[in-house]
Amino acid sequence: MLLAAATKVDAGVFVAAAVIVLSGAIGVVISSNPVHAALSLVLTLFGVAVLFVAQEAHFLAAVQVIVYAGAIVVLFLFVIMLIGVDRAENVRQEPLKGQRPIAVLLGIVALAEILLLSRGADWATGARSLGGPASGPQPNVEKLAESIFTRYLFAFEITSVLLVIAVVGAVTLVRKPPPEPAGDEDDGDVASTPEAAVGAMAEGDA
Amino acid sequence: MTVGGEWYLTLAAALFTIGAVGVLVRRNVLVMFMCVELMLNAVNLTFVTFARMLDDIGGQSLVFFVLVVAAAEVVVGLGIIVAIFRRRAGATADDLHLLKG
Repeated sequence: MLLAAATKVDAGVFVAAAVIVLSGAIGVVISSNPVHAALSLVLTLFGVAVLFVAQEAHFLAAVQVIVYAGAIVVLFLFVIMLIGVDRAENVRQEPLKGQRPIAVLLGIVALAEILLLSRGADWATGARSLGGPASGPQPNVEKLAESIFTRYLFAFEITSVLLVIAVVGAVTLVRKPPPEPAGDEDDGDVASTPEAAVGAMAEGDA
Repeated sequence: MTVGGEWYLTLAAALFTIGAVGVLVRRNVLVMFMCVELMLNAVNLTFVTFARMLDDIGGQSLVFFVLVVAAAEVVVGLGIIVAIFRRRAGATADDLHLLKG
């Protein structure tokens, strides 16, 4: 009785989260307004967080909400507002004739392939990694921390370097170029020659 | 009893496919980027599912690293998008044809 109830609850949670995830994903793809797409993305990310909790990855669920739904989507919204593309795009117009049906067909074929292969394949060797078991009496955070800070310590340090590089790169990319010297009245949105374009980018570094 | 892992894997495959179709179909660069995030999330879901199925914390550790790399990727990608659209109006990938002969 209790098991049946638990199964029912688990199945209900899974079905609800799956519906949220898929509807959010479809919303991202079909909504013509980028802001609506970003909000649909939040829906999907929350659904995935619920599925993480259902599989006892509690720390990752929290990080998913904080980093993805909190930081990354806000960053998306910032950029949407900043560059002023928050107007609806004409999604009916097809730039390439017949590209959309082919893309959808390709997606369906890929999905069928993945499902077919995952049914038949038995690729897991059964060999255990050295990360440690996921189940056990310890809390999830403790196990994950032990794995990251011992077995994967070097990769963890590398990610910190990666984050520093990303921050420096983003700052360099979006910095305004210095004002052009007088007499150079090239005001167009495209540099007249490739040399001029490269020069403008190189000046950004100086 | 929890829901079987194969259901999660099927859901992740569907999510990945929707993201891939979105990248192919949409012309707005920002929305294409969001679709890439969908695909990353599908893979994360697969990793967590396998971590549970194979009883191995390594899958969850890998999701942690994927999250960090995704954050870095979003920062750099959005920086590039801002740098591009500061120079030219229009938010679709078709407008970026500077290299066209």
